[in-house]
Amino acid sequence: MVVDQFSDAEVDRVFHALADATRRDLVRRSVTGEHSVSDLARRYPMSVTAVQKHVAVLEEAGLVEKRRHGREQRVVGRPDVLRRAQQLLDELQQLWHGRLDRIGELLDEDPQGGTS
Amino acid sequence: MSITSMVTDPERLTLTATAEYDVTAERAWQLWDDPRQLERWWGPPAYPATVVDHDLRAGGKVTYFMTGPSGDQPRGVWDVDEVVAPRRLVVRHGFADDSGEPVNPALTARIQVDIADREGGGVVVTITNSFGSIEAMEQLMAMQMEEGLRGAMSQIDDILAA
Repeated sequence: MVVDQFSDAEVDRVFHALADATRRDLVRRSVTGEHSVSDLARRYPMSVTAVQKHVAVLEEAGLVEKRRHGREQRVVGRPDVLRRAQQLLDELQQLWHGRLDRIGELLDEDPQGGTS
Repeated sequence: MSITSMVTDPERLTLTATAEYDVTAERAWQLWDDPRQLERWWGPPAYPATVVDHDLRAGGKVTYFMTGPSGDQPRGVWDVDEVVAPRRLVVRHGFADDSGEPVNPALTARIQVDIADREGGGVVVTITNSFGSIEAMEQLMAMQMEEGLRGAMSQIDDILAA
């Protein structure tokens, strides 16, 4: 699925989900590979239940999903949501590139300045 | 080329740009402090900006409009949060209606400018853009990017014509 637009409620969930350092770390891990909740829980100084709650918040926001592997449930990242954010930031980067270049030209032309 | 780094963080929804210029901090500050200078770099060549109100104090507002190739005039506003001349400026940037009020205050972007002295002369300008949500970024980008791309295209045209 390609994410083009987010509704207000979706945006709130994504933002809330990413506002926590543990959850951001969980997203990073789940984008690069599938892990069971108990695997993930071993990497954080918190209980399996606490990690489960974080995963539930991420799932609610659409940033990860759970997949069944036999008797085990694994957490898998949804990189398309993050990719959309990255794409928007790349566009913003181009905009500031232009602005900083224009600042450079202006300062080369008029290095002493003086407020008009 | 004076841009030294551009770092995007899609998880935190931030863009941090750094550039170095061979001028004093006081000179660099005029880029924001003098509306005529601000107009020369804020809008891309195809979308020049005209600053209307310029009250660069904490609690003040800077309002502007840009004029596009088809005569469209998107309006923008900065709500100024912090001013430490000639070192730091923090504003909330949003698009505005005809009266200069933000279209949707929840969808503003925070822009922080830091001007530091560089060892051996000149300044390092760091600009940090942060967004509260992907939707805020979507809205600002939708309104600005077309301009950004057109600006880039017109620069390419200039190079080809030279």
